[in-house]
Amino acid sequence: MGMTMAEKIIACAAGVETAKAGDIHTVELDRLMSNDGTTHLTIDMYHNLKHPSIKDTDKLVWIVDHNVPSDSPKTAASHKKMRDFAREHDITYYEGAGVCHQIMMENHVRPGELIFGADSHTCAYGALGAFGTGVGCTDYLYAMVTGSSWLLVPETLRFNLHGKLNEGVYARDVILTIIGRIGANGANYKAMEFAGEGLHALTMSDRIAICNLCVEAGAKTALMEVDDVAMDYLKEHGREPKALFTSDEDAVFAATYDIDLSEIQPIVAKPHFVDNVVPAKECLGVKIDEAFLGSCNNGRLEDLRVGASIIKGKKVKPGVRFLVVPASQSIYTEAMKEGILDTFMEAGAIVMNPNCSVCWGSCQGVIGENEVLISTGTRNFKGRAGHKDSFVYLASAATVTASAIAGEITTADLI
Amino acid sequence: MGKAFRFHTDVDTDQIIASQYLLFPTIDEMKKYTFESLDPEFAAKVKPGDYVVACENFGCGSSREQAPQVLKALGVKAVIAKSFARIFYRNAINIGLPVIVCKDLYDNISDQDEMELSMKDGIITANGQTFICTSLPAKMQQILDQGGLIASLNKEV
Repeated sequence: MGMTMAEKIIACAAGVETAKAGDIHTVELDRLMSNDGTTHLTIDMYHNLKHPSIKDTDKLVWIVDHNVPSDSPKTAASHKKMRDFAREHDITYYEGAGVCHQIMMENHVRPGELIFGADSHTCAYGALGAFGTGVGCTDYLYAMVTGSSWLLVPETLRFNLHGKLNEGVYARDVILTIIGRIGANGANYKAMEFAGEGLHALTMSDRIAICNLCVEAGAKTALMEVDDVAMDYLKEHGREPKALFTSDEDAVFAATYDIDLSEIQPIVAKPHFVDNVVPAKECLGVKIDEAFLGSCNNGRLEDLRVGASIIKGKKVKPGVRFLVVPASQSIYTEAMKEGILDTFMEAGAIVMNPNCSVCWGSCQGVIGENEVLISTGTRNFKGRAGHKDSFVYLASAATVTASAIAGEITTADLI
Repeated sequence: MGKAFRFHTDVDTDQIIASQYLLFPTIDEMKKYTFESLDPEFAAKVKPGDYVVACENFGCGSSREQAPQVLKALGVKAVIAKSFARIFYRNAINIGLPVIVCKDLYDNISDQDEMELSMKDGIITANGQTFICTSLPAKMQQILDQGGLIASLNKEV
């Protein structure tokens, strides 16, 4: 019987010939990412261990991105704890360089790796054929000390992508459509694997956006076959694969879905669940107070280009705040060179430093009682962006930018 | 006996403990904000030995371990739901907070009803009825029996 990509990566990490869904294996981790959302707690637990030690410091990547620069003495204390520990233990450390998953994609992730990240959106690494999965700080600490952990081998949901996206439709619309179809727990404990000729036409930015959001269907990881597009990205960033895996033809999938990309429409996820999706046209006219273009999902150069092309020569609606937050310093620099940031600023947008921003509701731009945000962020849970009685709609960079201009939810073709 | 605090389906970790409290230095400083968006009085009302009962997909969303930690710090004896999101489930077991799958309890209990969980027997009693819980996978039971993953780490290393 053949194996899926997920099974092959786990078998490789476990040093065994075969792995199958339902097995539990002890695995060696290739990389361990942690950010300022939980690392201060991990450090406290580390100091409480009977025998604190780090198995392999080279595997660790620590990234301050959630509340950077810090916004309060309490945050500053947590950051200082993380900064001091990283320096003392010679841990690879970024602060203010970008959102953790973007930094990982640009600098660290290699195909075939098994990566724990103390952040649920670690599943983004599947865009480069790596098994990334989100863990809490106790799992992280165990892996930090032992270099290993245990994993239940997940079943795989396979999504065969066909055709091409129409003009004005983006990867964000694809993944919201899929989450809407399978539901917020439709992939709980499972891997979501994407394949088919439709995949090859997608950019790396598209692929990261799709994999990144799979946890919103409950997925343990997301995986994509590594093709020329992915290999070119890897080469551009100066890295080589650890191993290249694809699912065997006779691999067993828990379910298979065929997705015709040409049928996807612009989508909006309404409050307060990511699977509460409707065609964007059904939300036309919903008044907004703020729009956010950024995050690990849609803060890449491609997203900024889309937004800039829509807003060039136009203005943000008076009374609306439009936050533009590039996902990394390298994206910020490129956007600056291309004149994209000028375009946003001339339109009246607020261009901010790379961080998680309002996507996680505790950095910048949080919204007040009864306010409405349209966002390229990852989640629209109740209270996610600020006040518990506020409302978040999720959409593509194009729909968010168009809405910032109109002051109400609209699509780019209507601007 | 403890009281049941009953919540709906798809309770996400932002609702258990919101982002703005996560970088507070300690869990003790965060715990009074538990379930703030759903029930601002929860932290004041809940007593050690009480239970959280929910429908499907409890703990979906973020991997923040602060979510099970604040519940444990408030003395919640166990979370009982029809199903759990995977990261929350694993985090809870790792820190020694029992998370119990019970398909029938949610539809037969009201908020603030008295109930009792027998971990040893895998049963819950409430309102004169007995409900059978789904057994934990052996690996998870082993971690829980050791008092959580860190306790097992202290033995191993």
